[in-house]
Amino acid sequence: MSILVDKNTKIICQGITGKSGLFHSQQCRAYAKEHRPGEDVFVGGCTPGKGGTEIDGFPVFNTVEQAVQKTGANCSLIFVPPPFAADAILEAADAGIGLIVCITEGIPVLDMARVKRAMVKSTSRLIGPNCPGIITPGVAKIGIMPGYIHKIGSVGLISKSGTLTYEASWQLGNIGMGQTTAVGIGGDPIIGTTYIELLAMFEADPKTESILMIGEIGGNAEIQAAEYIKSHVTKPVAAFIAGATAPPGKRMGHAGAIISGGSGTASEKQAALEAAGVVVAQSPADMGTAVKKAIEKRK
Amino acid sequence: MKIHEYQAKQLLSAAGVKVPRNVVAKTAAEAAEGYTKLGGEIAVVKSQIHAGGRGKGTFKQYPEQRGVVLVKSAEAAKDNASRMLGSTLVTIQTGPEGKLVSTVLIEEGLKIARELYLGVVVDRESGGPILIASTEGGMDIEVVAHKTPEKILREPFDVEAGLRPFQARNIAYRLGLEGPSIRAAEKMLTQLCKFFIDHDCSMVEINPLVVTAEGDLVVGDAKVAFDDNAMFRHQDLLPFRDLSEEEPMEVQAQASGLSYVKLDGNIGCLVNGAGLAMSTMDIIKYHGGFPANFLDVGGGANVDQVTEAFRIILADPNVKAVLVNIFGGIMKCDTIVTALLTAYDKIGIKVPLVVRLEGTNVDLARKMLAESGKPIIVGTDLTDAAQKAVKSLGA
Repeated sequence: MSILVDKNTKIICQGITGKSGLFHSQQCRAYAKEHRPGEDVFVGGCTPGKGGTEIDGFPVFNTVEQAVQKTGANCSLIFVPPPFAADAILEAADAGIGLIVCITEGIPVLDMARVKRAMVKSTSRLIGPNCPGIITPGVAKIGIMPGYIHKIGSVGLISKSGTLTYEASWQLGNIGMGQTTAVGIGGDPIIGTTYIELLAMFEADPKTESILMIGEIGGNAEIQAAEYIKSHVTKPVAAFIAGATAPPGKRMGHAGAIISGGSGTASEKQAALEAAGVVVAQSPADMGTAVKKAIEKRK
Repeated sequence: MKIHEYQAKQLLSAAGVKVPRNVVAKTAAEAAEGYTKLGGEIAVVKSQIHAGGRGKGTFKQYPEQRGVVLVKSAEAAKDNASRMLGSTLVTIQTGPEGKLVSTVLIEEGLKIARELYLGVVVDRESGGPILIASTEGGMDIEVVAHKTPEKILREPFDVEAGLRPFQARNIAYRLGLEGPSIRAAEKMLTQLCKFFIDHDCSMVEINPLVVTAEGDLVVGDAKVAFDDNAMFRHQDLLPFRDLSEEEPMEVQAQASGLSYVKLDGNIGCLVNGAGLAMSTMDIIKYHGGFPANFLDVGGGANVDQVTEAFRIILADPNVKAVLVNIFGGIMKCDTIVTALLTAYDKIGIKVPLVVRLEGTNVDLARKMLAESGKPIIVGTDLTDAAQKAVKSLGA
């Protein structure tokens, strides 16, 4: 088992004729071929105006609606440039795509506010934007992460950051652990899916035995997650919060990574998580071992 | 992107938000003319820098001179402006190095009955814009929020519809406004929220919002910042950017597609990915060192970008060692090492360089480093690399 992604997931890419879109679609297809030979997992892509063509074996459609009709896709990976990304997300939702994964970085925050508002009644789930995507090791990779780093295992991983997720997965691999699913939720102020929803999914997933949560400065999503963990999560949880040395008022790469008005600091998040019984790694080198500690603590 | 108070007032005024009559001056003579043109007895001369705390701030060259001054004659306007212009204003927000003042704003004096606070920002929790109001105008709103949170009014509003008139009235009454001020507040609040949306702002702050003796509402001070990610659809706002207010190296980094923030430490960091870059700073501190910067080379990290990254890091005279931390995913480690070695030769790095690589093709990359013959210190893992970087300072 896993969350969000399983053997029925059929993926298309919006923006497949762009450089990144094509490259990562190829990588995702190769991952699927390696782990599930003979199955059709990555089924095509969309670029308005290029419908009816083919690119490296992927059929290209003008609209998501057409792609869904022809391929039965239920998941979309978005690489559309920032000015058009919000529209692409809404197009996917309108076409009934159940899982929308938006990799695009640099979407105006008010565009995301509009997306959020428009999707209130939608049954689609948005992951991201500004995220590395999702991987269920051995089943499907829907994103830009290097597949081989993610081993099959029992840790549910939720992270705001890309390379830090790779670092954590690699550390887990070194101690013989892997993931059920790793989800990059993104580093923007307004995102589709946040910690709490994913914590609930991992708590309900029978294969997930522990959870690793990677957060960073800015906002209070990690603090809300801590409150949720305290009352709803029975599985062992470990965490790391990046940005303990970040100065206030400065944006640290991610649009959402900023301490504003003295709140959103790493220390307040660490304290809230510790108070909820979470094992918090003090050094980013200890993320993997923190998961082990969290499991041992529960025994 | 932040802008100056005078620019914010210009834009707000064009959007129908009431601001005091004012004149922008670049010279002392213009300041004197401005006073005369405004025609009132009292005027305010305000230094224009992006940082707050100007009223209490003083100048390096003139320790008695404040950043914002009330004047009652053209002569006084001229004298104050002559000390402000071309001088360095140090406030609680500028840091000890201060900011150079090259523009002053001359404003008509207002008959102040009350001072309120208004702010508009994006609220992560409700996933949309929010209006924040308080009766405690003229104060540091963060202090108010901390000490008396009940005095902060929060009104999320719809990004498509804007602030509804009834929401504006609710806030107006809760702020204790009455009579003609209610109508004035309804207009100002809705226009302010519309301004926020129309210009893709990341922040609009009116502090104080002045309630005049006549019950009118006027912007006292205004801070406006725009969402950098939305500037592509606001080309008309680009001329408002004042590069002299920004850290020169951060501007240069941005132009090269790098994300860089200067810090006070002495270990430079070159990392791929924002989360890992922050964590690299953290682990340096964890092992007793001090990071000199945040730097994310991004996913591409080609020769040009890595070279530029080294240039920017080493331009900081405080940097006594550099820690490179790369987790090669799709971007292969050997590609990074090629870029690293090329940049090394181009720049001529003279401080200790510690490199930690992990990920795709790491063995090949490490071999390349070892065979390069350069005095590069290899970190075996994150902890080892951070410790070696800290230790290299003592050597």
